Amino acid sequence: MTTVFEKTPMLTDTVLHYCPGCTHGVIHRLVAEVLEELNVGERTVGIAPVGCSVMAYNYFNCDFVQAAHGRAPAVATGVKRANPDSVVFTYQGDGDLAAIGTAETVHAAARGENITAIFVNNTIYGMTGGQMAPTTMPGQITQTSPYGRDIKAAGYPIRVCEMLATLDGTAYCERVAVDCVKNVRAAKKAIKKAFEMQLAGKGFTLVEVLSTCPTNWGLNPVESLGWLREKMMPYYPLGVYKE
Amino acid sequence: MSKRILIKGNEAIAEAAIASGCRHFFGYPITPQNELAAHMSRRLPKIGGCYLQAESEVAAINMVYGASAAGVRCMTSSSSPGISLKTEGLSYLAGCDLPAVVINVQRGGPGLGSIQPSQADYFQAVKGGGHGDYRMIVLAPNSVQEMYSHTCKAFDLADQYRLTVMILTDGFLGQMMEPMTVESGQLTVDSEKDWAVGGKRGKRIVNSLFLKPADLEKSNLERFERYKLVEESEPLHEGYMLDDAEIVVAAYGATSRITRNAIDEARSQGVKAGLLRPVTVWPFPKKAFAKAAEHARAFVSAEMSMGQMIEDVELAIRCRRPVLLCSRVGGMAPEPKQIFDAILQADKEAAR
Amino acid sequence: MIKEVNTLETRILIAGFGGQGILFFAKYLAYIGMEKGLQVSWMPSYGPEMRGGAAQCGVVLSDNVIGNPVVGEPDIFTAMNLPSFAAFENRVKPGGTMFVDSSLISKECSRKDITVRGIPATQMAEEHGLKGLANMIMAGAVLSKLPDISQDVIEAAMRETIPERKKEMFANNMKAVALGLAAI
Repeated sequence: MTTVFEKTPMLTDTVLHYCPGCTHGVIHRLVAEVLEELNVGERTVGIAPVGCSVMAYNYFNCDFVQAAHGRAPAVATGVKRANPDSVVFTYQGDGDLAAIGTAETVHAAARGENITAIFVNNTIYGMTGGQMAPTTMPGQITQTSPYGRDIKAAGYPIRVCEMLATLDGTAYCERVAVDCVKNVRAAKKAIKKAFEMQLAGKGFTLVEVLSTCPTNWGLNPVESLGWLREKMMPYYPLGVYKE
Repeated sequence: MSKRILIKGNEAIAEAAIASGCRHFFGYPITPQNELAAHMSRRLPKIGGCYLQAESEVAAINMVYGASAAGVRCMTSSSSPGISLKTEGLSYLAGCDLPAVVINVQRGGPGLGSIQPSQADYFQAVKGGGHGDYRMIVLAPNSVQEMYSHTCKAFDLADQYRLTVMILTDGFLGQMMEPMTVESGQLTVDSEKDWAVGGKRGKRIVNSLFLKPADLEKSNLERFERYKLVEESEPLHEGYMLDDAEIVVAAYGATSRITRNAIDEARSQGVKAGLLRPVTVWPFPKKAFAKAAEHARAFVSAEMSMGQMIEDVELAIRCRRPVLLCSRVGGMAPEPKQIFDAILQADKEAAR
Repeated sequence: MIKEVNTLETRILIAGFGGQGILFFAKYLAYIGMEKGLQVSWMPSYGPEMRGGAAQCGVVLSDNVIGNPVVGEPDIFTAMNLPSFAAFENRVKPGGTMFVDSSLISKECSRKDITVRGIPATQMAEEHGLKGLANMIMAGAVLSKLPDISQDVIEAAMRETIPERKKEMFANNMKAVALGLAAI
């Protein structure tokens, strides 16, 4: 029998706890494959956030530090400064990176901290049951915006890539999506580029991945991918924002 | 023995950290601890270390958390309002059993308070401060020399027990200069940390999340076994005219210095007063207090807070003797006269 | 063991405006103590203001362990402006000494139980081309009250006090101290 496909050894055999149709699994795999291809698994330290991916340390086959909510970039800074030879990445959702951890994100970028942030944007707090996030779309219904996000009361969503691109310390940031094969391939390319730039000591790199949350969006997985394309992409255009 | 040098308490702490092998410092400006960070920013880059001014106190303690997870000796320093912000990180450090050294150069509170010396963060330091069941070893130096020696000791204790050690000091000791002698051979040794991440030792996880209650309970119980060991082995106290004292004044840090003068005054007037100074405020030197209660008729708790340490004094002596509070707060310090008066008052109460 | 109660202890307080070199003055006295092998403490007041605000610093010199480093009732008090003169005039220990920069403070001290010495330090500094060194003229005056201060100690303490980057200031500082000593 010929082996035509194998799971990357950079992922453990632990069964993912994510909901059916959630794209975290795809993003995990892309990151893991990149670490394998770059042959840096042994010296990689991942920083897990608070949010759906809180247990990322169980899935990646590399060292991991679990961080307090929003603090992953600060924790990553500590790890990287203590051990500059290590390859350090954070894996954060929108609440973690763009709400409670905004200061840590912005300043890690401003310092040009030589780390990589994988930013999973699905416009909602997943683990806590679907509350409004800093990236929730205007009019979007969530548990805490039951009449739709009212921009008069709740303000506007944050476009993270656009914001971080203004900082001199940001070496590279790109927004990608994992809604179709073509975009998944492009996402992997972006993630690889981010890690390569970290290895070259270029500074702060971030890849924002537009992702789905079928459970809290109240849609099935296929509908969710459609919603991502139709609703999210116009507001959060894909592309390279800084390089 | 090397030369006596005149140095500020805040700078003595910085020098001690460097002598202890600390090469990573993460801080945020706040008075009255600024000389400490400034000293680190001058010294560390020249010896291959990392001084990083964080965007916030919260970020600073989380950088310590990351650096500690990566296995290096590291430190942050702040003053009262900043320590409140750091308590999130203190809880996480405890939950992950990471060693760290945290300095609190206390100032008056609550709120923005003042920038003058205070001891009102006692509860926060010895009872936890952050969420969850946890302890820190808390050392309370009372001289610039001890700012140095306690900091050296703090790094060793932190590694030995894998917990946070706090230096609980105040604006007086941080700002004042006194002679300090750096004894040769005091340089402490960094221990091997086989649990640290990034070391190609196979998969290492630093984590405080236990979704199964039984697992979390087990982790708490194991941690408290270690705390028990600390409580047995590490309490430290210092006595001054204590052995025959009928009135015992409990005071730590700067207040213990002021108390000395009050004790001298009381003795000169024939009152048998003595000082029992907790050097570690956690673990509290309970045995020393229980022993003192055998000859003391009354106690005074002299503190720059509204009666915080007094609770530990009462507990340690099982309320067998009256304990009077002698306090100044808000950045005010007691004068020896006030403590002396409290000694006389305690003497009267005990006679009743 | 019961230790001897401190007897040979001198508690000094220096007060004035920020920018007058109050802390430097106090640091010099602390180094005098260091050179003499004494126990020493140097305790500044610190506030949010820098230049122009109130500045004060307490120095304790002792041949025994120093207890209270806060100088509330000084044996020797040096006032370098009127507000500090008013604030501490009544806190000087009976039998103590108050030095006053009389070119800045014209008010008379009402106390009879202390020695008051006026030295026009700011004016003297101007006249001798030592602008900004009134503090060290006052320091010289204070030295006159301390026992057994040799010229060697005076010079060695100054070398320790002046930071490396300002060592060209040594000669003028020494001149100022000598003026203060001679003024008593």
